[in-house]
Amino acid sequence: MRGHAFEARAKDDGGTELIRLLCERLGDGSPPPPGPGGVDTPDLAASGPEGRTARTALALREATAAGRWALLDHPMLALSVAGTPAYLEPDAVVVHPDGGWTVVEIKSFAMVDGAADAAKVGAAARQAAVYALALEPVAERIGDGASVRHSALLVCPKNFSNLPDAALVDLRKQVATTRRQLDRLTGVADIADGLPHGTTFDLCLADDGRTPTRPADELAAAVDAVGAAYAPECLAACELAFHCRARSRAADAVQTLGRALRAELGGLSTIEAVLAAAAGEAGDPGDPAVAALRRAARLRAESLETAGAASCP
Amino acid sequence: MSLIDTLARLEAARDGRARPLATVRHRHVSDRPLVFVPLTTAGEAGAPLGALVGTERDAPRLLVVAQPRDRDLRSAFLAELADAMLPRIEECADAVEREERKETDPTTGKKVPVEVELCADAPQVVVPSAAGVEYVRLLGRSMRFRRTAEQDPDAPHPAPPRVPLLGRWLTHFGERSRVPGSSLLLAMTQVLGRHWATGQSVLEDQHLGALLAWIDPPEGTSGAAAALRAELARDAEGLPAHPPAGPATDPVFDNKRLAPAIARYDRARADVLQASPHRFAAAHRALADAEREIRDLLEGQLRPTWDAVWQGIDLLRALPEGARVGERWKRDRWSYTAHRDRVRAGEPPQPRRDDAVTAARKLAARETAQAQLDAQEALDDPLVMAGRRLAGEAFAGPVAEVVMEYSEAKIPRPRPLVTLRTQDAPHVADGVKLHRALPDGRSQPAEFVSHGPDGTLTVRLTGGMGRGKTPEAGSVPEPGDQVCWTLFEHAPRGGPELPEPEQTPWTHGGPPAAAAEAPDPVTAEDHL
Ligand code: SF4
Repeated sequence: MRGHAFEARAKDDGGTELIRLLCERLGDGSPPPPGPGGVDTPDLAASGPEGRTARTALALREATAAGRWALLDHPMLALSVAGTPAYLEPDAVVVHPDGGWTVVEIKSFAMVDGAADAAKVGAAARQAAVYALALEPVAERIGDGASVRHSALLVCPKNFSNLPDAALVDLRKQVATTRRQLDRLTGVADIADGLPHGTTFDLCLADDGRTPTRPADELAAAVDAVGAAYAPECLAACELAFHCRARSRAADAVQTLGRALRAELGGLSTIEAVLAAAAGEAGDPGDPAVAALRRAARLRAESLETAGAASCP
Repeated sequence: MSLIDTLARLEAARDGRARPLATVRHRHVSDRPLVFVPLTTAGEAGAPLGALVGTERDAPRLLVVAQPRDRDLRSAFLAELADAMLPRIEECADAVEREERKETDPTTGKKVPVEVELCADAPQVVVPSAAGVEYVRLLGRSMRFRRTAEQDPDAPHPAPPRVPLLGRWLTHFGERSRVPGSSLLLAMTQVLGRHWATGQSVLEDQHLGALLAWIDPPEGTSGAAAALRAELARDAEGLPAHPPAGPATDPVFDNKRLAPAIARYDRARADVLQASPHRFAAAHRALADAEREIRDLLEGQLRPTWDAVWQGIDLLRALPEGARVGERWKRDRWSYTAHRDRVRAGEPPQPRRDDAVTAARKLAARETAQAQLDAQEALDDPLVMAGRRLAGEAFAGPVAEVVMEYSEAKIPRPRPLVTLRTQDAPHVADGVKLHRALPDGRSQPAEFVSHGPDGTLTVRLTGGMGRGKTPEAGSVPEPGDQVCWTLFEHAPRGGPELPEPEQTPWTHGGPPAAAAEAPDPVTAEDHL
């Protein structure tokens, strides 16, 4: 609710204020901020995601060639994820007179005295990095000085008001990480090949287009057919998290308790296996991970005993 | 997380019940904590919606903003909050002890002892979670710059005088909570998480209800099952059986309960304004009813969290206090006393951003506090020390042999060699400095000498045995005694001194501006 209201407000003067903020934050003697009417706001309407993506690319080409400030409001970009195009809609992209492009992310969390919640800024930076990646091939195709800038403009409400404040966020690290992750992703086709024939996530919506008619357990079975690498971080990011967590708990996976545990415990991946190794009931004592576990278990038991003895004399 | 803590987590997961991470309590818990459970509106980040606050578990004070968009109602809330919190915060200001402290004399530059006041106790604020601490900081930031009608007759929407004062205190509490080991402002989830390992991840431990369920499940259920219920159970309408600990409310509650109640309140208020004289009384009653409905709704959301915080306080109180907790609490009392003095001296509110020297100072102080906390927790708690032993930073065991030797100085001093049996594998080399806590709390220096053939370690005591040729009684361990040496210092000190803020070099922005900062501009759409 508030998010939409703030975004609408931040853009409602046709981008003049946003670009003024951008120039102020850049502070690098870029051409002075334009006055009212000095920002082009191309029409990006088209039908369907492909149409809108093509329309955005065209608008970017024209705006770059024009050598003026332009604000693309909710452009559409395509990014190839595991061989399948994903369509993305950033809040805005600004085209500078020199042909540079800046991704603009508008968020509803407050920036108090110029600083915002680090976790939220991090999430916004990761999101903006994906947009920057999607813009890169477009800029390459256009050539002619078109380039994606390293920093995104993060726009947030200033202090306790609804006025916009902004900060530049360096995206280089996030772009590199995301690029690596995308390169590593298994192709969707390969995943599909590994599934039982006929696996589908179709909800079989009824005629009203909203009510799913597919039996829940059938759907759950289909979801279970796909491998998952649940970790607690999923809880904040993925709607399937509770489902995956239940599965991960049922499998007694140590990773349910934290991603780092997996690395710490060597090859032992179930809670039972770790505890058995620690208790000396299983595992190879020559394995450094097992030896460390036994030492830890011994020290822990010994000190709990000391403390117990101390507190009940 | 050390491997020992990881094991505790895995054991908890296996047993369906939390396992101890500590054998003593490592934080101070006040006799009369000031518990503060705030709620904010989901839409307007930071806009207050309500709170339970107080020092009596059976008598929390309920504060409510019936329409969070209304500036006057929000101001009234902040004023009431000041009324509810300031008496407890200020009541510790007058009972003082005298302490001697070394200060630099401005004329001679020499360190001279001066007698200063130290408040005998300090108020402690307890909130449910880390998000609650953040909210205290936000409230402090928003309130401390408000201008009162007295300060500035032209200020739009003047605040009652106590509001900026509470803002300054909340800012102080928020800043202090960043100092490792401090206890002026505690987040219950964090303190509980320091003392118990649950069978879930640290991220899931942020849910106070689930965390408590692991530690102290209701009769007849496993902690795991109770935690799952606390986290996920919802009734037929989709309302959570256990409301979240806030400050953000549950979205289903917002949509199905709160939003309609606020809409009814708005209508009732509009009706009061338009009511003809003969309907006036009835319209007022309807408004009071609408307000009461919102109060009841919010109390229903807040009360379970309030009770949970007190349940946590009980659990913490049941643990014996660590021996050095009082020493850290004394530093909290210093910090409280110093802020009291700044307020009394009429200093302006804390600036929006710290100047370079203050920022560097705070950072250095926090690093020192962290090192001190790490050392003190280990010395107070064998389970924490076990983690340091596992990491090779300490070793312990029974003394096998003591050989008396003396230094070659003119007046020979005792330098006994102590050999102990241990299975620990410390990262030591010849001459490495070691430290041992004596029964009276002092720290005794020693140095590492050699590894024995049969897994023994030999250490030479280098001090802490008195002035004479024969060591003071009890200062040298005897065969059979259990001893523990650490490679880390027991009272680590901070780094080099920093200049006074007035002497900030120009490379770091120069001295800070002396003038108090201007208040925030008032806009029509402020939400806090
Ligand atoms: S919760 Fe989501 S992201 Fe995590 S493993 Fe399951 S499907 Fe993947």
